[in-house]
Amino acid sequence: MARLSINDIIRDVDVEPDTPLLWVIREQVGLTGTKYGCGIAQCGACTVHIDGVATRSCAIPVSSVTEQQKIITIEGLSPDLTHPVQKAWLELDVPQCGYCQSGQIMAATALLSANPRPTEQQIRDEMTNICRCGTYNRIKAAIELASNTMAG
Amino acid sequence: MNTITVSRRGFLASGAAAAAGLTLGFHVPFAGDASAQSVTPEVNAWVVIKPDDTVVVRVARVEMGQGTLTGLAQLVAEELECDWDKVTWEYPTPGENVRRGRVWQNFGTAGSQGIRQSNEYVRKGGAAARMMLIQAAANEWKVPVGECTVAKGVITHAGTSRSTSYGKVAAAASLLTPPAADSITLKDPKTWTIAGRPLKRLDTAEKLNGRQVYSIDMKLPGMLNAALKVCPVFGGKIKSFDVTQIEKMPGFRKAVRLGDTGVAVIADTWWRAKTALDALPIEWDEGPNGKVQQADILAAQQEGLTAREAILGSKNGDVPAALASARRTVEAVYAVPHQHHVTMEPMNATALWTAEKCEVWTATQNAEAALATAAEVSGLPIDKNEVYRLHLGGGFGRRSSSHDFVRYAVLIAKEMPGTPIKTIWSREEDMTHGWYHPATQCRLVAGFDEQDNLSALHMRISGQSILATLNPDRLQNGRDGATFQGLNPQGPESQLGYTVPNLLIEHAMRNPHVPAGFWRGVNNNQNAIYLECFLDELAHSAKQDPLEFRRKLMANHPKHRAVLDAVAEKVGWGTPAPAGVYRGIAQQMGFGSYVAACAEVSVSDAGILKIHRIVAATDCGHAVNPQQIAAQVEGSFVYGLTAALYGEITVANGRVEQENFDTYQMLRMDEMFDVETIIMPSGGFWGGVGEPTIFVAAPAVLNAIFAATGIRVRQVPLSKTSLKKA
Repeated sequence: MARLSINDIIRDVDVEPDTPLLWVIREQVGLTGTKYGCGIAQCGACTVHIDGVATRSCAIPVSSVTEQQKIITIEGLSPDLTHPVQKAWLELDVPQCGYCQSGQIMAATALLSANPRPTEQQIRDEMTNICRCGTYNRIKAAIELASNTMAG
Repeated sequence: MNTITVSRRGFLASGAAAAAGLTLGFHVPFAGDASAQSVTPEVNAWVVIKPDDTVVVRVARVEMGQGTLTGLAQLVAEELECDWDKVTWEYPTPGENVRRGRVWQNFGTAGSQGIRQSNEYVRKGGAAARMMLIQAAANEWKVPVGECTVAKGVITHAGTSRSTSYGKVAAAASLLTPPAADSITLKDPKTWTIAGRPLKRLDTAEKLNGRQVYSIDMKLPGMLNAALKVCPVFGGKIKSFDVTQIEKMPGFRKAVRLGDTGVAVIADTWWRAKTALDALPIEWDEGPNGKVQQADILAAQQEGLTAREAILGSKNGDVPAALASARRTVEAVYAVPHQHHVTMEPMNATALWTAEKCEVWTATQNAEAALATAAEVSGLPIDKNEVYRLHLGGGFGRRSSSHDFVRYAVLIAKEMPGTPIKTIWSREEDMTHGWYHPATQCRLVAGFDEQDNLSALHMRISGQSILATLNPDRLQNGRDGATFQGLNPQGPESQLGYTVPNLLIEHAMRNPHVPAGFWRGVNNNQNAIYLECFLDELAHSAKQDPLEFRRKLMANHPKHRAVLDAVAEKVGWGTPAPAGVYRGIAQQMGFGSYVAACAEVSVSDAGILKIHRIVAATDCGHAVNPQQIAAQVEGSFVYGLTAALYGEITVANGRVEQENFDTYQMLRMDEMFDVETIIMPSGGFWGGVGEPTIFVAAPAVLNAIFAATGIRVRQVPLSKTSLKKA
């Protein structure tokens, strides 16, 4: 058994303690916006926020997360696509296949929370998620757009 | 044991609403479902218009990121003259296509063909629907149809000051006889107002909040999950497995043999299935392929480079004579390794089998082929099978090369009739059981005449044929014509852009046991590396500018030359680059389009490559959505350069050595460069855009590296070559 706070809802899940958080989110909780890409924390498709920090959920056991830690998934980012990062992604038509974009958006939102005005080099260094379609330039532009929007 | 409430016949994945319906398991009617006909009339196979004026465009090709869904909808909407803001879309199923005599024609989405090979009939579908809708209004008003006009889905009769909307007359229109095909006149693309514009994609919003249901996200009531392992050696078999070791593990339901090649474990969740599978003792019979090493594959290729026998690709003049009389010759050997597709979404499919019906939910580039595979494995007649399409987390040719993911899912589902089972391949299973970009080498020999003009060129390709793996029946007298992509003397598909007085192109087919498949860009990729890098070598050997050297060979190829000239002009070829920055250029034609690129790179003393900027040009005949073309061009550089910089699948003891992203590197944002895209549609033909730019990505960068360092990289990936200053 594990007790988790996901998108501000407390969830009790019946699961082995070594189950990766990703699969608990996808299978026991049923939130499939968080994606499986590699299982070894390489690609970032599984990125969620744990207490605001971008975390690759495929490689951490559910037992390492406590009820007090707030997990936010892509579904919990905003109820209606109004987060400035989502709006920027929409404005610039960033996704191609879209499979990695949940993770990209979660990584970008965590980056902007920690550093609201990142330099281009900081964006390049921090955004390490893989996009096989190659949307990197639009991702970078969307982060810059969101940063400008959020700075008002 | 389980009751499935999702519609059997009617499911369509169409945007977030349907996707939400799917995951909740309730009925989502096909917009043109007979039972719903009175509510949402189908004007024709391509167009459904709801009473609220929503226009549902049927899309037969599949969306995998390349934007074909939006582009095809634009083409239909253009001829339909509807309000773009009211356009949505849906996928027909392949089973429906069979029942309706293939009214939607080809579902296959590969070879950059989505738009270029269906534009005419989808535009006619939109135009026919428009004619029927206007006719319905004219009939209602009892006025001549010629007096009615339409704009943005509103039909007007000026003489009587009446107007109505498509939604109001759609039901009546659906009862009319469709116009004869030869009575339909399509618009001149110069007059387009919806097509040709950089409109936003129709499928973006649900990719930003987790609501887009990819195949791997499929849920059905009572669904179980399966993980599989196939013999790690291609061609090997499963000998035995010991289920007693895992049957008490959490969630375990069943272990099943997959023919003679593998085993799957079924459990309540996928993670439990995978955990049990990992604990399952398995004995493999690796067979003779278990002894194959990478060196064996390379040795066979090298032997083919000079073997007596080879398959003719094309020839003109007399190369042996011209080389014999040449004032000087230049020779080089290039090599490219196997590559894996690495779709971000690993292979998967959900299947539900009963004695009466087999249903599959999956991400496929060719739903008709998926249906055929389902029917073959299910043992049921074709009309007792159905495939429901979900969005693809990448395709790149993997999901068209083989439907092994459907085959295994149905095999597994047959073991538990009535229970839907989702089979997901782990990343490791996916990477080690691919259909790989073929590995080949090429020996090139050029001869120069007394005036130091290129007089002869001999290209001997040695290595793998894709068709020999996938479609041996399509070989013609043992010849795989696809091997010569981009090097063909003529034709609208992939024509060589140079005229050489004496030319000989051959293929010594050497097929290893590693299965080959169609990998985005296909054989154009390595052929462009071979030819465009070698031409660069020849230009330098003749002490000529690489651009001018090419231009002299391109007098008969104005479209090839136009894209090359366009990038040269924009990049400022011939003017100094920024300090420390060097340029390389390349061009190629394939999948109907002409592309060129110029890369600007620098290489540090320590040998670190930095790609600063790439200028690219595309002539795809007609540009349906310029901003999506630009997206494809950018993405193509990432795809092509990931392979050129890092991509290499190797074999040891018959199995693939790379299993995941830690040993199969991808280009990431820290290495990303600026891309400037010139879209220069010259009209009169339709070319693809999802792949062509990949061809020129590697040669443009490799040629720039030579300009920067004097090091000629002839083996891909670049990571095998040190660029450090000697």
